[in-house]
Amino acid sequence: MKNFVQHAGAARRSFITLFLLLYPLTVFAHKRGGEAIGFASGFFHPISGLDHILAMVAVGMWGAQLGAPAMWVLPVVFPMVMALGGMMGLMGIKLPGIELCIALSALALGFAVCREARPKLWIAAIIVGVFAIAHGHAHGTELPLGASGVLYSIGFVIATGLLHALGIAIGLVHRWPAGRLALRVAGAVVAMGGVFFLWKAISGEPV
Amino acid sequence: MRRPRLILFWLTLAVTLIVVPSAHAHLMNTGFGPFYDGLTHLFVTPEDLLPVIALALLAGLRGPRFGRSVLFVLPVAWLVGSTAGVWIDPQLTLPGLEIIVTIGLGALLAAGRPLPIAFVVSLAILLGLIHGILNGADLAKTPSSGQMVAVGVTVGLFASVSLLAGQAASVRVRWARVAVRVAGSWIAAIGLLMLGWAIRVPA
Repeated sequence: MKNFVQHAGAARRSFITLFLLLYPLTVFAHKRGGEAIGFASGFFHPISGLDHILAMVAVGMWGAQLGAPAMWVLPVVFPMVMALGGMMGLMGIKLPGIELCIALSALALGFAVCREARPKLWIAAIIVGVFAIAHGHAHGTELPLGASGVLYSIGFVIATGLLHALGIAIGLVHRWPAGRLALRVAGAVVAMGGVFFLWKAISGEPV
Repeated sequence: MRRPRLILFWLTLAVTLIVVPSAHAHLMNTGFGPFYDGLTHLFVTPEDLLPVIALALLAGLRGPRFGRSVLFVLPVAWLVGSTAGVWIDPQLTLPGLEIIVTIGLGALLAAGRPLPIAFVVSLAILLGLIHGILNGADLAKTPSSGQMVAVGVTVGLFASVSLLAGQAASVRVRWARVAVRVAGSWIAAIGLLMLGWAIRVPA
Protein backbone atom coordinates (compact mmCIF):
# COMPACT_ATOMS: atom_id res chain seq x y z
CA MET A 1 0.00 0.00 0.00
CA LYS A 2 2.84 2.32 0.96
CA ASN A 3 4.57 1.58 -2.35
CA PHE A 4 1.36 2.27 -4.21
CA VAL A 5 0.96 5.65 -2.51
CA GLN A 6 4.58 6.53 -3.28
CA HIS A 7 4.16 5.51 -6.93
CA ALA A 8 0.91 7.46 -7.19
CA GLY A 9 2.60 10.54 -5.74
CA ALA A 10 5.54 10.23 -8.14
CA ALA A 11 3.20 9.72 -11.08
CA ARG A 12 1.20 12.78 -10.08
CA ARG A 13 4.35 14.90 -9.77
CA SER A 14 5.60 13.67 -13.15
CA PHE A 15 2.26 14.44 -14.74
CA ILE A 16 2.21 17.97 -13.31
CA THR A 17 5.82 18.56 -14.46
CA LEU A 18 5.00 17.24 -17.92
CA PHE A 19 1.88 19.39 -18.07
CA LEU A 20 3.81 22.51 -17.08
CA LEU A 21 6.53 21.76 -19.64
CA LEU A 22 4.02 21.20 -22.39
CA TYR A 23 1.76 24.06 -21.38
CA PRO A 24 1.87 26.37 -24.40
CA LEU A 25 2.47 29.74 -22.79
CA THR A 26 3.98 31.13 -25.96
CA VAL A 27 0.65 30.98 -27.78
CA PHE A 28 -0.51 33.98 -25.79
CA ALA A 29 1.97 36.07 -27.72
CA HIS A 30 0.20 35.27 -30.97
CA LYS A 31 -3.34 36.51 -30.61
CA ARG A 32 -4.78 36.88 -34.06
CA GLY A 33 -7.81 38.95 -34.90
CA GLY A 34 -11.11 37.08 -34.65
CA GLU A 35 -9.49 33.98 -33.15
CA ALA A 36 -9.94 32.41 -29.76
CA ILE A 37 -7.87 34.00 -27.02
CA GLY A 38 -7.91 30.58 -25.45
CA PHE A 39 -8.96 28.38 -22.62
CA ALA A 40 -6.75 30.02 -19.99
CA SER A 41 -8.04 33.55 -20.57
CA GLY A 42 -11.62 32.27 -20.46
CA PHE A 43 -10.90 30.30 -17.31
CA PHE A 44 -9.34 33.23 -15.48
CA HIS A 45 -11.98 35.77 -16.51
CA PRO A 46 -14.67 34.78 -13.93
CA ILE A 47 -12.09 34.54 -11.13
CA SER A 48 -10.55 37.91 -11.88
CA GLY A 49 -13.15 39.88 -9.90
CA LEU A 50 -13.86 39.41 -6.19
CA ASP A 51 -17.50 40.48 -6.59
CA HIS A 52 -18.08 37.63 -9.03
CA ILE A 53 -16.19 35.12 -6.91
CA LEU A 54 -18.20 35.98 -3.80
CA ALA A 55 -21.52 35.60 -5.59
CA MET A 56 -20.62 32.32 -7.33
CA VAL A 57 -19.31 30.73 -4.14
CA ALA A 58 -22.35 32.02 -2.22
CA VAL A 59 -24.69 30.31 -4.72
CA GLY A 60 -22.99 26.99 -3.98
CA MET A 61 -23.03 27.62 -0.23
CA TRP A 62 -26.72 28.50 -0.27
CA GLY A 63 -27.51 25.46 -2.40
CA ALA A 64 -25.69 23.18 0.04
CA GLN A 65 -27.47 24.84 2.94
CA LEU A 66 -30.87 24.34 1.30
CA GLY A 67 -30.04 20.69 0.58
CA ALA A 68 -31.41 18.53 -2.23
CA PRO A 69 -32.82 19.28 -4.75
CA ALA A 70 -31.68 22.94 -4.50
CA MET A 71 -28.06 21.83 -4.04
CA TRP A 72 -27.94 20.59 -7.62
CA VAL A 73 -30.75 22.61 -9.23
CA LEU A 74 -29.06 25.95 -8.55
CA PRO A 75 -25.65 24.94 -10.01
CA VAL A 76 -27.44 23.43 -13.03
CA VAL A 77 -29.53 26.57 -13.60
CA PHE A 78 -26.87 29.18 -12.88
CA PRO A 79 -24.34 28.47 -15.70
CA MET A 80 -27.07 28.32 -18.34
CA VAL A 81 -28.77 31.53 -17.23
CA MET A 82 -25.42 33.25 -16.79
CA ALA A 83 -24.41 32.21 -20.30
CA LEU A 84 -27.73 33.62 -21.53
CA GLY A 85 -26.77 36.94 -19.90
CA GLY A 86 -23.30 36.62 -21.44
CA MET A 87 -24.86 36.06 -24.84
CA MET A 88 -26.96 39.20 -24.40
CA GLY A 89 -23.84 41.12 -23.42
CA LEU A 90 -21.97 39.82 -26.45
CA MET A 91 -24.86 40.79 -28.70
CA GLY A 92 -24.75 44.32 -27.31
CA ILE A 93 -28.18 44.18 -25.64
CA LYS A 94 -28.17 46.83 -22.91
CA LEU A 95 -29.51 46.07 -19.43
CA PRO A 96 -29.84 48.77 -16.79
CA GLY A 97 -28.23 48.66 -13.32
CA ILE A 98 -25.94 45.70 -13.95
CA GLU A 99 -23.18 46.81 -11.54
CA LEU A 100 -25.77 47.52 -8.87
CA CYS A 101 -27.33 44.07 -9.39
CA ILE A 102 -23.92 42.37 -9.14
CA ALA A 103 -23.15 44.15 -5.88
CA LEU A 104 -26.63 43.30 -4.61
CA SER A 105 -26.09 39.65 -5.52
CA ALA A 106 -23.24 39.19 -3.05
CA LEU A 107 -25.22 41.08 -0.40
CA ALA A 108 -28.47 39.16 -0.95
CA LEU A 109 -26.89 35.71 -1.32
CA GLY A 110 -24.59 36.29 1.65
CA PHE A 111 -27.58 37.47 3.69
CA ALA A 112 -29.55 34.38 2.64
CA VAL A 113 -26.72 32.11 3.81
CA CYS A 114 -26.28 34.10 7.01
CA ARG A 115 -30.00 33.94 7.82
CA GLU A 116 -30.35 30.35 6.57
CA ALA A 117 -33.20 31.58 4.40
CA ARG A 118 -35.36 28.77 3.03
CA PRO A 119 -37.62 30.11 0.29
CA LYS A 120 -39.45 27.80 -2.11
CA LEU A 121 -37.20 26.28 -4.74
CA TRP A 122 -38.67 28.29 -7.62
CA ILE A 123 -38.21 31.56 -5.70
CA ALA A 124 -34.58 30.67 -4.95
CA ALA A 125 -34.08 29.74 -8.63
CA ILE A 126 -35.53 33.08 -9.77
CA ILE A 127 -33.34 35.05 -7.33
CA VAL A 128 -30.24 33.18 -8.47
CA GLY A 129 -31.33 33.45 -12.11
CA VAL A 130 -31.70 37.25 -11.98
CA PHE A 131 -28.23 37.60 -10.47
CA ALA A 132 -26.84 35.10 -12.99
CA ILE A 133 -28.14 37.26 -15.86
CA ALA A 134 -26.40 40.32 -14.36
CA HIS A 135 -23.08 38.51 -13.87
CA GLY A 136 -23.22 36.93 -17.32
CA HIS A 137 -24.10 40.23 -18.97
CA ALA A 138 -21.18 41.98 -17.28
CA HIS A 139 -18.81 39.25 -18.45
CA GLY A 140 -20.25 39.34 -21.97
CA THR A 141 -19.81 43.09 -22.37
CA GLU A 142 -16.29 43.00 -20.88
CA LEU A 143 -14.96 40.49 -23.39
CA PRO A 144 -12.41 41.97 -25.80
CA LEU A 145 -13.63 42.67 -29.29
CA GLY A 146 -11.06 40.49 -31.04
CA ALA A 147 -12.02 37.53 -28.90
CA SER A 148 -14.04 34.63 -30.14
CA GLY A 149 -14.03 30.97 -29.65
CA VAL A 150 -15.21 27.86 -28.07
CA LEU A 151 -12.09 27.35 -25.93
CA TYR A 152 -12.63 30.69 -24.21
CA SER A 153 -16.26 29.71 -23.50
CA ILE A 154 -15.22 26.31 -22.16
CA GLY A 155 -12.73 27.89 -19.77
CA PHE A 156 -15.25 30.48 -18.70
CA VAL A 157 -18.02 27.98 -17.91
CA ILE A 158 -15.70 25.51 -16.19
CA ALA A 159 -14.32 28.24 -13.91
CA THR A 160 -17.85 29.31 -12.99
CA GLY A 161 -18.86 25.72 -12.31
CA LEU A 162 -15.80 25.13 -10.16
CA LEU A 163 -16.61 28.22 -8.10
CA HIS A 164 -20.05 26.74 -7.46
CA ALA A 165 -18.48 23.42 -6.57
CA LEU A 166 -16.20 25.22 -4.13
CA GLY A 167 -19.24 26.88 -2.58
CA ILE A 168 -21.03 23.53 -2.30
CA ALA A 169 -17.94 21.96 -0.74
CA ILE A 170 -17.77 24.76 1.83
CA GLY A 171 -21.52 24.50 2.38
CA LEU A 172 -21.29 20.81 3.26
CA VAL A 173 -20.01 21.81 6.71
CA HIS A 174 -23.68 22.60 7.33
CA ARG A 175 -24.09 18.97 8.47
CA TRP A 176 -22.33 19.68 11.76
CA PRO A 177 -23.56 22.14 14.43
CA ALA A 178 -20.26 24.05 14.49
CA GLY A 179 -20.24 24.00 10.70
CA ARG A 180 -23.71 25.53 10.56
CA LEU A 181 -22.48 28.46 12.61
CA ALA A 182 -19.30 28.77 10.54
CA LEU A 183 -21.37 28.77 7.36
CA ARG A 184 -23.59 31.54 8.67
CA VAL A 185 -20.49 33.56 9.55
CA ALA A 186 -19.16 32.95 6.04
CA GLY A 187 -22.49 34.21 4.70
CA ALA A 188 -22.13 37.35 6.80
CA VAL A 189 -18.63 37.91 5.37
CA VAL A 190 -19.99 37.56 1.82
CA ALA A 191 -22.82 40.00 2.66
CA MET A 192 -20.29 42.52 4.02
CA GLY A 193 -18.35 42.15 0.79
CA GLY A 194 -21.62 42.87 -1.01
CA VAL A 195 -22.10 46.06 1.05
CA PHE A 196 -18.61 47.17 0.03
CA PHE A 197 -19.28 46.55 -3.66
CA LEU A 198 -22.72 48.15 -3.40
CA TRP A 199 -21.10 51.25 -1.90
CA LYS A 200 -18.63 51.37 -4.76
CA ALA A 201 -21.37 50.84 -7.35
CA ILE A 202 -23.52 53.62 -5.90
CA SER A 203 -20.59 56.01 -5.61
CA GLY A 204 -19.73 55.26 -9.24
CA GLU A 205 -16.23 53.93 -8.49
CA PRO A 206 -14.96 51.14 -10.70
CA VAL A 207 -15.42 47.79 -8.95
CA MET B 1 -42.64 9.87 -30.77
CA ARG B 2 -45.96 10.18 -32.58
CA ARG B 3 -45.99 10.15 -36.39
CA PRO B 4 -47.08 13.80 -36.98
CA ARG B 5 -44.29 15.01 -34.70
CA LEU B 6 -41.74 12.84 -36.49
CA ILE B 7 -42.91 14.17 -39.86
CA LEU B 8 -42.65 17.73 -38.52
CA PHE B 9 -39.16 16.98 -37.20
CA TRP B 10 -37.93 15.60 -40.54
CA LEU B 11 -39.61 18.45 -42.42
CA THR B 12 -37.82 20.98 -40.22
CA LEU B 13 -34.54 19.11 -40.71
CA ALA B 14 -35.00 19.09 -44.47
CA VAL B 15 -35.80 22.82 -44.55
CA THR B 16 -32.85 23.74 -42.33
CA LEU B 17 -30.46 21.67 -44.42
CA ILE B 18 -31.73 23.18 -47.66
CA VAL B 19 -31.70 26.81 -46.53
CA VAL B 20 -28.59 28.96 -46.91
CA PRO B 21 -25.27 30.12 -45.27
CA SER B 22 -21.93 29.25 -43.87
CA ALA B 23 -19.84 26.27 -42.87
CA HIS B 24 -17.24 26.27 -40.11
CA ALA B 25 -15.41 22.98 -40.49
CA HIS B 26 -11.80 22.66 -39.50
CA LEU B 27 -9.76 19.55 -40.19
CA MET B 28 -6.39 19.31 -38.49
CA ASN B 29 -3.22 17.99 -40.08
CA THR B 30 -1.52 15.79 -37.49
CA GLY B 31 1.28 14.66 -39.76
CA PHE B 32 0.38 11.00 -39.19
CA GLY B 33 -1.64 10.59 -42.36
CA PRO B 34 -5.28 11.06 -43.31
CA PHE B 35 -6.73 8.27 -41.16
CA TYR B 36 -5.15 9.66 -38.00
CA ASP B 37 -6.10 13.21 -39.02
CA GLY B 38 -9.68 11.96 -38.97
CA LEU B 39 -9.26 9.90 -35.82
CA THR B 40 -7.92 12.84 -33.82
CA HIS B 41 -10.25 15.37 -35.44
CA LEU B 42 -12.89 15.04 -32.77
CA PHE B 43 -10.43 15.56 -29.94
CA VAL B 44 -8.92 18.73 -31.36
CA THR B 45 -12.22 20.25 -32.48
CA PRO B 46 -14.31 21.16 -29.42
CA GLU B 47 -17.12 22.46 -31.66
CA ASP B 48 -17.63 18.87 -32.85
CA LEU B 49 -16.73 17.16 -29.59
CA LEU B 50 -19.14 19.02 -27.29
CA PRO B 51 -22.41 17.94 -28.95
CA VAL B 52 -21.07 14.39 -29.28
CA ILE B 53 -20.34 14.31 -25.54
CA ALA B 54 -23.81 15.69 -24.78
CA LEU B 55 -25.56 13.17 -27.05
CA ALA B 56 -23.51 10.19 -25.82
CA LEU B 57 -24.16 11.07 -22.18
CA LEU B 58 -27.84 11.74 -22.89
CA ALA B 59 -28.22 8.34 -24.56
CA GLY B 60 -26.17 6.59 -21.88
CA LEU B 61 -28.21 8.07 -19.05
CA ARG B 62 -31.41 6.86 -20.71
CA GLY B 63 -30.08 3.30 -20.75
CA PRO B 64 -28.03 0.76 -22.76
CA ARG B 65 -30.67 0.46 -25.53
CA PHE B 66 -30.44 4.20 -26.22
CA GLY B 67 -26.65 4.08 -26.02
CA ARG B 68 -26.39 1.22 -28.48
CA SER B 69 -28.70 2.96 -30.97
CA VAL B 70 -26.72 6.19 -30.90
CA LEU B 71 -23.44 4.25 -31.04
CA PHE B 72 -24.30 2.94 -34.50
CA VAL B 73 -26.53 5.71 -35.86
CA LEU B 74 -24.33 8.74 -35.13
CA PRO B 75 -21.12 7.55 -36.87
CA VAL B 76 -23.10 6.32 -39.88
CA ALA B 77 -25.02 9.62 -40.15
CA TRP B 78 -21.75 11.52 -39.79
CA LEU B 79 -20.14 9.41 -42.55
CA VAL B 80 -23.16 9.92 -44.83
CA GLY B 81 -23.03 13.66 -44.09
CA SER B 82 -19.29 13.78 -44.81
CA THR B 83 -19.79 11.99 -48.10
CA ALA B 84 -22.67 14.26 -49.04
CA GLY B 85 -20.74 17.35 -47.91
CA VAL B 86 -18.04 16.70 -50.50
CA TRP B 87 -20.55 17.23 -53.30
CA ILE B 88 -23.11 19.51 -51.70
CA ASP B 89 -22.45 23.23 -51.65
CA PRO B 90 -20.69 23.91 -48.30
CA GLN B 91 -23.10 26.73 -47.56
CA LEU B 92 -26.04 24.45 -47.00
CA THR B 93 -26.76 24.78 -43.30
CA LEU B 94 -28.23 27.62 -41.34
CA PRO B 95 -25.56 29.78 -39.70
CA GLY B 96 -25.19 28.72 -36.12
CA LEU B 97 -27.38 25.62 -36.55
CA GLU B 98 -24.64 23.38 -35.18
CA ILE B 99 -24.40 25.67 -32.12
CA ILE B 100 -28.16 25.55 -31.60
CA VAL B 101 -28.01 21.74 -31.73
CA THR B 102 -25.23 21.82 -29.11
CA ILE B 103 -27.32 24.05 -26.84
CA GLY B 104 -30.36 21.81 -27.31
CA LEU B 105 -28.45 18.61 -26.55
CA GLY B 106 -26.84 20.16 -23.47
CA ALA B 107 -30.20 21.44 -22.23
CA LEU B 108 -31.86 18.04 -22.79
CA LEU B 109 -29.07 16.34 -20.84
CA ALA B 110 -29.35 18.91 -18.04
CA ALA B 111 -33.15 18.56 -17.90
CA GLY B 112 -32.89 14.79 -17.43
CA ARG B 113 -36.42 14.18 -18.68
CA PRO B 114 -37.43 10.83 -20.19
CA LEU B 115 -37.29 10.88 -23.98
CA PRO B 116 -38.55 8.41 -26.60
CA ILE B 117 -35.82 6.43 -28.32
CA ALA B 118 -36.98 7.61 -31.76
CA PHE B 119 -36.38 11.19 -30.70
CA VAL B 120 -32.85 10.48 -29.44
CA VAL B 121 -32.01 8.54 -32.61
CA SER B 122 -33.40 11.42 -34.70
CA LEU B 123 -31.14 13.79 -32.78
CA ALA B 124 -28.18 11.53 -33.55
CA ILE B 125 -29.05 11.60 -37.26
CA LEU B 126 -29.48 15.39 -37.18
CA LEU B 127 -26.17 15.92 -35.39
CA GLY B 128 -24.33 13.47 -37.64
CA LEU B 129 -25.67 15.00 -40.84
CA ILE B 130 -25.01 18.63 -39.87
CA HIS B 131 -21.48 18.11 -38.63
CA GLY B 132 -20.76 15.53 -41.31
CA ILE B 133 -21.75 17.96 -44.05
CA LEU B 134 -19.58 20.67 -42.51
CA ASN B 135 -16.65 18.24 -42.28
CA GLY B 136 -17.30 16.96 -45.81
CA ALA B 137 -17.22 20.47 -47.19
CA ASP B 138 -13.77 20.86 -45.68
CA LEU B 139 -12.71 17.44 -46.96
CA ALA B 140 -13.54 18.55 -50.48
CA LYS B 141 -10.75 21.14 -50.16
CA THR B 142 -8.12 18.57 -49.17
CA PRO B 143 -5.97 17.36 -52.08
CA SER B 144 -6.46 13.60 -51.52
CA SER B 145 -7.49 10.76 -49.19
CA GLY B 146 -10.60 12.54 -47.97
CA GLN B 147 -12.29 9.16 -47.62
CA MET B 148 -9.66 7.97 -45.15
CA VAL B 149 -10.14 11.12 -43.07
CA ALA B 150 -13.88 10.47 -43.01
CA VAL B 151 -13.29 6.85 -41.97
CA GLY B 152 -10.95 8.06 -39.22
CA VAL B 153 -13.58 10.50 -37.96
CA THR B 154 -16.17 7.71 -37.96
CA VAL B 155 -13.92 5.38 -35.98
CA GLY B 156 -13.12 8.19 -33.52
CA LEU B 157 -16.83 8.85 -33.09
CA PHE B 158 -17.59 5.20 -32.51
CA ALA B 159 -14.88 4.94 -29.86
CA SER B 160 -15.92 8.18 -28.13
CA VAL B 161 -19.63 7.36 -28.05
CA SER B 162 -19.01 3.82 -26.83
CA LEU B 163 -16.81 5.05 -23.98
CA LEU B 164 -19.03 7.96 -22.94
CA ALA B 165 -22.40 6.27 -23.35
CA GLY B 166 -21.07 3.12 -21.68
CA GLN B 167 -19.85 5.09 -18.70
CA ALA B 168 -23.09 7.08 -18.43
CA ALA B 169 -25.18 3.90 -18.71
CA SER B 170 -23.31 2.32 -15.81
CA VAL B 171 -23.85 5.31 -13.51
CA ARG B 172 -26.28 4.38 -10.75
CA VAL B 173 -25.42 6.66 -7.84
CA ARG B 174 -27.67 9.71 -7.69
CA TRP B 175 -24.97 12.33 -7.23
CA ALA B 176 -23.02 10.90 -10.18
CA ARG B 177 -26.12 11.13 -12.40
CA VAL B 178 -26.55 14.72 -11.24
CA ALA B 179 -22.89 15.40 -12.12
CA VAL B 180 -23.56 14.13 -15.66
CA ARG B 181 -26.56 16.46 -15.88
CA VAL B 182 -24.43 19.36 -14.63
CA ALA B 183 -22.04 18.57 -17.51
CA GLY B 184 -25.05 19.02 -19.80
CA SER B 185 -25.80 22.44 -18.35
CA TRP B 186 -22.16 23.41 -18.87
CA ILE B 187 -22.33 22.29 -22.52
CA ALA B 188 -25.55 24.29 -23.02
CA ALA B 189 -23.90 27.31 -21.37
CA ILE B 190 -20.84 27.01 -23.62
CA GLY B 191 -23.18 26.76 -26.61
CA LEU B 192 -25.03 29.92 -25.57
CA LEU B 193 -21.76 31.84 -25.32
CA MET B 194 -20.66 30.47 -28.71
CA LEU B 195 -23.95 31.65 -30.16
CA GLY B 196 -23.38 35.11 -28.70
CA TRP B 197 -19.97 35.17 -30.30
CA ALA B 198 -21.29 33.94 -33.62
CA ILE B 199 -23.81 36.77 -33.65
CA ARG B 200 -21.27 39.32 -32.42
CA VAL B 201 -18.48 38.38 -34.83
CA PRO B 202 -19.94 36.94 -38.02
CA ALA B 203 -17.51 34.39 -39.45
